[in-house]
Amino acid sequence: MPPSTPLVTFVVIPVISVFNLGKRYGRTVAVDDVSLEVFEGEIFGLIGPNGAGKTTTMECVEGNRVPDKGTISVLGLDPRRDANTLRQRIGVQHQEAHLQKRIKVWEAVDLWRSLYTRVVDSDTLLARLGLESKRDSWFMNLSGGQKQRLFIALALIHEPEVVFLDELTTGLDPQARRAIWGLVTGIRDRGTTVFLTTHLMEEAERLCDRVAIIEHGRLIEVGTPDDLVQKHCPERTVVFTSDDSNVGGRMQALGPVERADGGEVGAVAEGGAATYTIRGAGDDFVTDVINIIAREGIRVRGFRTEIPTLEDVFLKLTGHGIRD
Amino acid sequence: MQPRFLQGFWKLTWLETKIFTREPMGFVATLVMPLVVFIALGRAFGVAKPVAAPQVDIPFNVAILAAVLIALSAVQSLVAIISIYREGGILKRLRATPLSPVTIMGAQVVVKLAFTVISLSLLMLAGRRLFPGIRQVNVFSFTAAVLLSTFSILSLGFVIASLVPTARFAQPVGAAVLYPMLALSGLFYPVDRFPRALRAFAYLFPTTHAVSLLNGVWDGSGWGAHWVNVAALLVLFAGYTALSTRVFRWE
Repeated sequence: MPPSTPLVTFVVIPVISVFNLGKRYGRTVAVDDVSLEVFEGEIFGLIGPNGAGKTTTMECVEGNRVPDKGTISVLGLDPRRDANTLRQRIGVQHQEAHLQKRIKVWEAVDLWRSLYTRVVDSDTLLARLGLESKRDSWFMNLSGGQKQRLFIALALIHEPEVVFLDELTTGLDPQARRAIWGLVTGIRDRGTTVFLTTHLMEEAERLCDRVAIIEHGRLIEVGTPDDLVQKHCPERTVVFTSDDSNVGGRMQALGPVERADGGEVGAVAEGGAATYTIRGAGDDFVTDVINIIAREGIRVRGFRTEIPTLEDVFLKLTGHGIRD
Repeated sequence: MQPRFLQGFWKLTWLETKIFTREPMGFVATLVMPLVVFIALGRAFGVAKPVAAPQVDIPFNVAILAAVLIALSAVQSLVAIISIYREGGILKRLRATPLSPVTIMGAQVVVKLAFTVISLSLLMLAGRRLFPGIRQVNVFSFTAAVLLSTFSILSLGFVIASLVPTARFAQPVGAAVLYPMLALSGLFYPVDRFPRALRAFAYLFPTTHAVSLLNGVWDGSGWGAHWVNVAALLVLFAGYTALSTRVFRWE
C-alpha cells in the first residue's frame, strides 16, 4: 500500500465531467467554453434556446462529435479514445431521430440487443414502455410518442449507467409528453444517471434535479430549479378577488396593491367584487398575505399565487424569452 | 472473438434485405426495370447472336446493356437509401451503437449485390425463354463479371452519396453522374474511336471497364484477355472507396 493513501476518502466523483469544452463549425462558434459536472443518479438538464449549443455539447460528451478543445470524462473514460468501451455503458437518444421506415419494432430491439454484451429482456422492456402491442408495427406507422418510447427502449436495452436524451419531447402533444416524463423519472429511480437537453422550461422544472442554462455556447448558471428561482426571481405575487371595502388600505402594510379594473383600491367595487394584485418578495410573503386577510377578516372569493418559474429565471438572466 | 465489423453484420444485412423488399417501388425498380429494358429492346433490335452470325443489324448488345442497368440501378438505390438514412438521422443513430461504420455500409453493399444476382438470374431466364438463339455464355463467369462491376460502381455510389445534399436530390444527382457514364462506356460506340481526351476520361469510370469485361465474357475471349479491365475495376474501387471515406458525411 502506497504510504500516501488516506484510510478514508469522501470524494464524490462525477459521472460526467466537462472542462473548457469548445467546438466551432467553420466560423460559427457552437460551444464557446463549457465546464460542468453530472453526478451519479441525478437527472441533469442542459437548457437553453435552439442553437445555444446544447446538442453539440451533448454529442461531444457522448463521443459522437470531436471537440476543438477541452477535456471530457464519462465514467472515467475518454469518450473518443475509449469509444467502444463507453458505448457499452451509455445509452443515447438523438434529437428528431428516425429509424428505417419499414423496420418493425421487434426487429430494431432485436438488432440493438445483438450489439451489446449485457442486455435486458426485450418483452419486459417493451412492456415497461407500453410498446408490447406495437411489436410488429413498422416504425413509420408509430405515433410521435411511440417513436420516442422506442428510442428510449433502444437507449436502455443494455442497462446503461448513463443515458443521454436530446430534446426528448419536442413535437409531442402534452399527453404524450407527460407519459415520457414519467418514464424518465422511472429511469432515474432505477439508479441510472440521466443527462438531457430541453428548451421547454416546464419540462426542466418537472424532471431535472439540476439544470445548467446555456446561451451562445456558454453556461450562464447551474443549480437546482428551486435554487435558481429563489436566487434570481424571489418575487411573489398574490391575486385575489374580494367584495369587501377598503381592501387596499388594510393590505397596504405589505406593499402596493393594484386593482384589475383600475378602480380606487380603497373603494367598494360597483359590480360587487374586484380583483386585487399585491406583489412582494421572499418565502414568507404569501404567508404574510394570508395572515393579514385572516386578521382583517377580509372576505375572499378567489385566491391564487404566482410564483416565478425557470422561464422567468431565463428571461431575467438573458433579457429575452427562450422562444424569442 | 469475432472481428468488430462482423458484430451485427449478418443481422443488419438480413434486416436491410427484409426492409428493402417491403418498399414496393425500389424493389420493383431494381428487379423489373432492367428486365423490361432487356425484353423490349431485345424484341426491337434482337439480342446479340453467336459470334459467327452477322451482327451488323444490332446497334448494341442488349444483354450487356441490361446487365449494366442492373448494376446502375443497384447504385441508384444505394445512393437513395444512404441519402434518406442520412437525412433522417438513421445513419447517425446506427453509428452511435457499437456497430462499426464498415458494418453499416457493408450490409448495404451485400444487399445490393444479392439483388444484383437475383435480377441477373431473372434476366438470364428471360433470355433463354424469349430469345432462343441467344448466345449461351458461361453463367458463372458472366455473373462474376457483373458482380465485380457492380461492386466497383457501388464504390462510386458512395462518393455520389456524399455529394447529394438531400434525399430529394438523390435521383437527379445519381442520374446526372451515372447516365453519362453509361453513354461513355463503349457500349453504344467503341471507346477506341473516341477522341483521345474523351477516351482517357471514359477510362476513369468503372462502367467502361465493366462493359469491356462483359463483352469479353460474352464473346468468349474471357477474363485473361481482359485482366486490365479487372485490375482497373479493382483500382477504381480502391480509389473511390478511399475518396468516399474522406468526403462521406454521416449527417
